Amino acid sequence: MTVSPIDRVAAKTPSGVARRIKGFSDRTIAWIFVAPTVFLLLAVNIFPLIWTIRLSFTNFRVNRPNNDVEWVGLRNYQRILTDPDVWNTMQATAHFLIWTITLQVLIGFILAFLINKKFKGNDMWTTIIVFPMMLSPAVVGNFWTFLYQPQIGLFNYVIAFFTGADPASFSMIGDVHLAPWAIVIADTWMWTPFVMLICLAGLRSIPDSIYEAAECDRASKWRQFWTITIPMALPFLMLAVLFRGIENFKMFDLVVQLTGGGPGNTTTLTSIDLKREAFEKWRTGYSSAYAVILFVTVFGLASIYVKALNKVKER
Amino acid sequence: MSFSATEPTRGTKWFAGIAVVLYAIITLIPLLWIVATGFKSPADSISYPPVVVFEPSLEGYVNLFTARTRATEDMLEAAGPAVTWYDKITRNRGTIISGPSRYGERFMNSIIIGFGSTLLCMILGTAAAYAFSRFKVPLKDDLLFFILSTRMMPPIAVAIPIFLMFRNLGLNDTHLGMILLYTAVNLSLSVWLLKGFIDEIPIEYEEAALIDGYTRFQAFYKVVLPQAATGIASTAIFCLIFAWNEYAFAVLLTSGTAQTAPPFIPTIIGTSGKDWPAVAAGATIFLVPVMVFTILLRKHLLRGITFGAVRK
Amino acid sequence: MKIKLMMHAAAGAMIATGALADGHATDLTLCWAAWDPANSLIELSKDFEEQSGHTMNFEFVPWTSFADRMLNELNSGGQLCDLMIGDSQWIGGGAENGHYVKLNEFFSANRISMEDFLPATVTGYAEWPKNTPNYYALPAYADVVGWTYRKDWFERQELQTEFMDTYGYALAAPETLGQLKDIAEFFQGRDIDGTTVYGAAIYTERGSEGITMGVTNTLYNFGFEYENPNQPYDLNGFVNSEGAVAGLEFYKELYEVGTPPGSSNWYMGENIDAYRSGQVAMQMNFAFVWPGVEADETVGGGNSGYFPNPAGPAGQFAQLGGQGISVVSYSDKQDAALEYIQWFAQPEVQQRWWDLGGASALRAVVEAPDFAISQPYAQTFLDSMAIVKDFWADPAYADLLIAMQERMHNYVIAGEGTAQEALDGLVRDWTEVFEDEGKL
Repeated sequence: MTVSPIDRVAAKTPSGVARRIKGFSDRTIAWIFVAPTVFLLLAVNIFPLIWTIRLSFTNFRVNRPNNDVEWVGLRNYQRILTDPDVWNTMQATAHFLIWTITLQVLIGFILAFLINKKFKGNDMWTTIIVFPMMLSPAVVGNFWTFLYQPQIGLFNYVIAFFTGADPASFSMIGDVHLAPWAIVIADTWMWTPFVMLICLAGLRSIPDSIYEAAECDRASKWRQFWTITIPMALPFLMLAVLFRGIENFKMFDLVVQLTGGGPGNTTTLTSIDLKREAFEKWRTGYSSAYAVILFVTVFGLASIYVKALNKVKER
Repeated sequence: MSFSATEPTRGTKWFAGIAVVLYAIITLIPLLWIVATGFKSPADSISYPPVVVFEPSLEGYVNLFTARTRATEDMLEAAGPAVTWYDKITRNRGTIISGPSRYGERFMNSIIIGFGSTLLCMILGTAAAYAFSRFKVPLKDDLLFFILSTRMMPPIAVAIPIFLMFRNLGLNDTHLGMILLYTAVNLSLSVWLLKGFIDEIPIEYEEAALIDGYTRFQAFYKVVLPQAATGIASTAIFCLIFAWNEYAFAVLLTSGTAQTAPPFIPTIIGTSGKDWPAVAAGATIFLVPVMVFTILLRKHLLRGITFGAVRK
Repeated sequence: MKIKLMMHAAAGAMIATGALADGHATDLTLCWAAWDPANSLIELSKDFEEQSGHTMNFEFVPWTSFADRMLNELNSGGQLCDLMIGDSQWIGGGAENGHYVKLNEFFSANRISMEDFLPATVTGYAEWPKNTPNYYALPAYADVVGWTYRKDWFERQELQTEFMDTYGYALAAPETLGQLKDIAEFFQGRDIDGTTVYGAAIYTERGSEGITMGVTNTLYNFGFEYENPNQPYDLNGFVNSEGAVAGLEFYKELYEVGTPPGSSNWYMGENIDAYRSGQVAMQMNFAFVWPGVEADETVGGGNSGYFPNPAGPAGQFAQLGGQGISVVSYSDKQDAALEYIQWFAQPEVQQRWWDLGGASALRAVVEAPDFAISQPYAQTFLDSMAIVKDFWADPAYADLLIAMQERMHNYVIAGEGTAQEALDGLVRDWTEVFEDEGKL
């Protein structure tokens, strides 16, 4: 391999300018590498977003092509923010979010902690546990309606087997009090493995040497858990919460197949409500404003959260 | 070494093993129920109360892949006696097969769109992640957060403008349109994950390569990519799982040509009512490719998912 | 700016290369719901392909997403469908927004007379505005809500005796809604051959149109009216009349005393499943399921009987289902599409349509002397088609439907508020929609 002395010198020169001698400059390469991604995101995400924002100030309706489109200012926003039904869907979403995240993080972390004990065959069992999250959420929602049927479904019979209750005595998706839990259970079943994987990654990133040092200091296992394991794994836990939070804020497919938003409006999450406004009532302007509000909410919460995450990371 | 301070005791291992296996079994029950339903007869699938032991039947799979018409007597006569085993199954129900169902096409669409978008996403994502990891990109942090933020948008929220835009571009209900769309949605996750992996590859390797006379491209291609293979593989799993299973965009933006399986499966109907065995059969077959993909890459899945994004 | 330019360029390229469909043998696409009759239509259409040389493609979308998907297509001027068998409620929007081709001239040129079709189906599926001779569709599939019951259970001697002792009349297909509820209550929780069975499966679905299609069957018969017959869009006192309130309360009571636990989000498919698996004695469902019931190994073959929606204090009506077939105005193959309609309207084709499990609306078919005995459910089908009423078909029908779905589900299933409040709320919602539409 012949390497010109100039290149050697150039490569060792700290400034990026020197590398321009051979091939593209770093700057150009950076752009070549980043541009397609940024372009695609602009075209498929940002451009529609701007379009949505524009539409949100109008009374445009896709199913009334012949009507004049009027500029209505902030009226759509005002209507949404003063609509009690919208606040109800926000509450349903909050219930869903809080409980799915709590349960998934709790169960996911415990599982990861146990798997990290490296018992024989832990790899295989981890793979098996991961299966539910590979299913399509729409198919899962669809099938859980079947499992939840008091007469022909499995769920009630299993519960009945353990509690002795009559399987027909309760209905997970028909009862206003149980339905919000029915969607939490299905989602938790499906996505706990995801959280488990992230937690496992976190636990495995903790160097053994730290525990060894603690062992030398005669710190109890309990103490080690709280002073080493939890703080070291915390960034991963927080990342899991972020990802699940964002995903479940958008939740649509699983719940729409499972309950259709019912009974009444008890499981009408914001995405389901938004879909009704946008694709059933065809109130395009109104639903665009709704979409913008949702986006701002999740974007705002996520920004604050990411800041907190970065702080934890730096510690 | 087995006396290392960090090695769990035998008892702990046993306890952990039993607890995890117990969880795995419980979590598998609904999944096994789906698989089992695929092999039930329509009557058994909705039997009241549910049956655990049943006579296996392939009717669900036959119904999944065929379209059937309820036959009048003269049609049955004209068709002659059933020849194949699947003909026999449908004749028993008083129907004759009128052709293949749409499931095959939908499945192929899922393959094309799922794997196509995963591939494209890996190419674009790795390049972008590399650039973010190694170069001074102007407004890097803002760009990174911007990329992540695109994942926060509820799909329903952008579906209207995307629908109108795709129509203008002729991308509606096309494979290319869906590949581009899923790639865009997945890019945020993959750039973030991949950047973490690439951050962990010591920069010295490339420096050495550059000193050896490689160009940046060559260094990226010959040094960084092999090092990042693990990370790319595990990121690919996540992208594939998403693209494979996506429902909201698929149901709103595709129909005749490019519809994928997820919007299709829950809607399989039989000659009366929902054909649960066929639905279950469709779901089971649909699960196989991602399952195989995941099992093949499971080492990477477990080792690779360090989510470098938070690891400094 | 760049993006806009690019879009223009791309759009231009599209137009330049756009497929120009012309010529004799054409690929036609027919859009309909994915359900049992659709499979029969494929079979039926083979004849058309042979005769005309055109090729038929079919795009079937399941009921629960049918409206979303197809209205999306129409609203964006899509060319996917040349022929659309759209739901009866779409006719107003199809006509007013120019999605459907007006068929009057075509009908008169080809001597297709709407007189030859069942009047209810012409009004329901083809006319806009209603009761005016402006046709945007040809009645394609006649459908109506009716009931199926377990004849084998009803005929059991011990049940007959017990029912007579309790209610003082014979256990048979009910003639009034009151009797229907008695029977449902009678069977609710009863042990039959070792399993617990329930009264009736009724429509309760939340997401699309289920509960509305169900509850209207009792509302109509207790005196609910969509509007003042003398003053269009005058709702107050008609939608929420005393009778309407009683009808809604009746439906809720029926739900509470006579339906299987967990039947809170049921529509056509779930009802069939419940009926076929022997959970219920009666099933409310559109007539399209009847051929399937008759062919079923357990509930078919004479084990089931059929009856039209029973009468209430204010009369006897049944919710109309069904669809007409229209030509999509954005199609560039309208001539071939019209050919299909011409072929489809022929009496022989319509007769075969019924034989294959379709539901013809052609009087020559359904009024033929042996029609009523052609199938065990044929007479019930005729009786039911004679008493139909339909939901709004205004362009804003979707808004009206969503409001009704929400109000009805909230009251009947989730138990919020009273029937009066639910219907008063519905009047408010609907008034708001009509105001937005400029009709009020």
